[in-house]
Amino acid sequence: MSFDLETAAAPQGLRRVAIDPVSRVEGHGKVTILLDAQNRVHQVRLHIVEFRGFEKFIEGRPYWEVPVVVQRLCGICPVSHLLAASKAMDRVLGVDAVTRSAESIRRLMHYGQVMQSHALHFFHLSSPDLLFGFDSEVNRRNIVGVAEARPDLAKKGVLLRKFGQEVIRATAGKRIHGTGSVPGGVNKHVARADCNALRRDVSQMLEWAQDAINVVKLLHAQNPALYDAFGSFRSNMLSLVRADGALDLYDGTLRARDAAGAILVDGADAQRYLDLIEEEVRPWTYMKFPYLRSLGREAGWYRVGPLARVQNCDFIPSPLAEAERQEFAAGGRGAPVHATLAYHWARMIELLHTVEVIGRLLDDPAILDGDLTAGGARRGEGVGIIEAPRGTLIHHYRVGSDDLVTMCNLIVSTTHNNQAMNEAVRSVAREYLDGRELSEGLLNHIEVAIRAYDPCLSCATHALGRMPLDVALLGPGGELLDRLLKSHTGEVLRTMDAPVGLPG
Amino acid sequence: MTAPLLVFAWGNASRGDDALGPLFIERLRTAIDADLAVRVEFLEDYQLQVEHALDLVGRARVLFVDASASCAAPFEVLPLHAARDASFTTHAVSPQAVLHVFRDLQHAEPPPCTLLAIRGGSFDLGSPPSARALANLSAALVWAHRWLAAP
Repeated sequence: MSFDLETAAAPQGLRRVAIDPVSRVEGHGKVTILLDAQNRVHQVRLHIVEFRGFEKFIEGRPYWEVPVVVQRLCGICPVSHLLAASKAMDRVLGVDAVTRSAESIRRLMHYGQVMQSHALHFFHLSSPDLLFGFDSEVNRRNIVGVAEARPDLAKKGVLLRKFGQEVIRATAGKRIHGTGSVPGGVNKHVARADCNALRRDVSQMLEWAQDAINVVKLLHAQNPALYDAFGSFRSNMLSLVRADGALDLYDGTLRARDAAGAILVDGADAQRYLDLIEEEVRPWTYMKFPYLRSLGREAGWYRVGPLARVQNCDFIPSPLAEAERQEFAAGGRGAPVHATLAYHWARMIELLHTVEVIGRLLDDPAILDGDLTAGGARRGEGVGIIEAPRGTLIHHYRVGSDDLVTMCNLIVSTTHNNQAMNEAVRSVAREYLDGRELSEGLLNHIEVAIRAYDPCLSCATHALGRMPLDVALLGPGGELLDRLLKSHTGEVLRTMDAPVGLPG
Repeated sequence: MTAPLLVFAWGNASRGDDALGPLFIERLRTAIDADLAVRVEFLEDYQLQVEHALDLVGRARVLFVDASASCAAPFEVLPLHAARDASFTTHAVSPQAVLHVFRDLQHAEPPPCTLLAIRGGSFDLGSPPSARALANLSAALVWAHRWLAAP
């Protein structure tokens, strides 16, 4: 059985619109929409057109090399992959708990990563849409437009992100290609000078993170009808939580709630994630569809990421963010918030939380001194799960007695959110596209829904000269009827020259 | 003290010819003498981003280096000017947009910036850089020594 609007009942004779690739989304994504002669929507699909094969790239490598190599999966959150792989390799080495210093330094690194990623997402990817409106002039919907209209906001975004990267540099050794986290622990303490320099900026970062939440709350308050309804749909939610139910981005057990907020699964051991989650392959996309085994494919799909995390936990273990969580939750009037645009609000609550945690960890003497690594009895297998900026990230490895990786399975946040992103796109298509003439502004509504999840397709290839947006209108026989290209400079060009060749 | 010259390259070393940027840094760094080395800072990242505008502060000249699938072989050199753009396809921004962010944040014109685009052709995961791309890299490095030596 198919989901509503996933597959048209009678696709013959329908027109197809393709948005390829989705702008501001890493990697190659494409949306295709099948319309009839009256522009009624019959089918909407978010496709992933690149097959990464990263697991095969890892297999055959020595285990100690993996935490460094997996950072090349993603140019935006390499530290999340570094730490998920390190945690999995801890288990391979028989290390069930790293030393206190290693745990604090890794946490500091991770919260720095989440902080800088959230700052980038809100201030530079989403705020142009939110501040200027989804139908605004295309050339204004970017960070340069934000910088011109709200220079204070743009500058805070840049400096928040810079601070997060300095935390990464102080803990991982370098801004990129960091080696600070290794199987079994970490390989260096934080330098006292770095610690002192970072500590000086914490109060300023807290103030700016609070400002960011206020901007999001103001946007919601100004247009609650839009923010509550846009791309909204009900779903289960999945994330790690700490043993006491607190939000924890670095470690914990898996918890899932249903759409009404009731707990479906709690305390699930990360090492046994395969008992909980199954992945389905569908023929029209390379990205799999995970779901909770106990509920099956149609009822078991779920959302991950900030919206899931701030509602899955019982509380946030830092006072400012907890107060914000309570205010956010009150908006649901006793039920979970399912609005797609609420991801931005939840993300900014997490941004504030990460700064609070960073401030606390910078005062922890264990980051300056103490044992760095632990040992144990070697196992052949390990799973590392972490809450990456976009959601739950799973790394699973088997390692042979020759130290080489024999099996690698990665489930990244974007894969967990695959069904949810498709549901969001279909919700928007029903609301805004059905029966109407297409325009760039309307098509941007689709992209806004996708960007709320911040899908990261992790190819990190970005050769110069790519076209950011390709909209093709095809006839019933697949013939090209019309095509718009948005150039590197934002200029929109109508052309029938370049080949399209998009699979259905 | 901030080095007056900045060479900033980006790319993914595990992505075939996308490694040209990181390789450029690696080779140029080891090829210059000690006197010149104190005047140059080399920075590398996976992608160009808005905060890199802050890396331009205090520089006399900046060279941006990336692999390109569309420039003429072996390489192209282009002066850069601040410009708004819509190149937000991959969480990354164009060098022109970085200059524009610099202008907005610093309320000043950015230092003279040049783009060195080195022609690549294959960007597959796990592939080494192609022989043709490496030949283009060698030619680009010869040019880079002239850029570094310029007054």
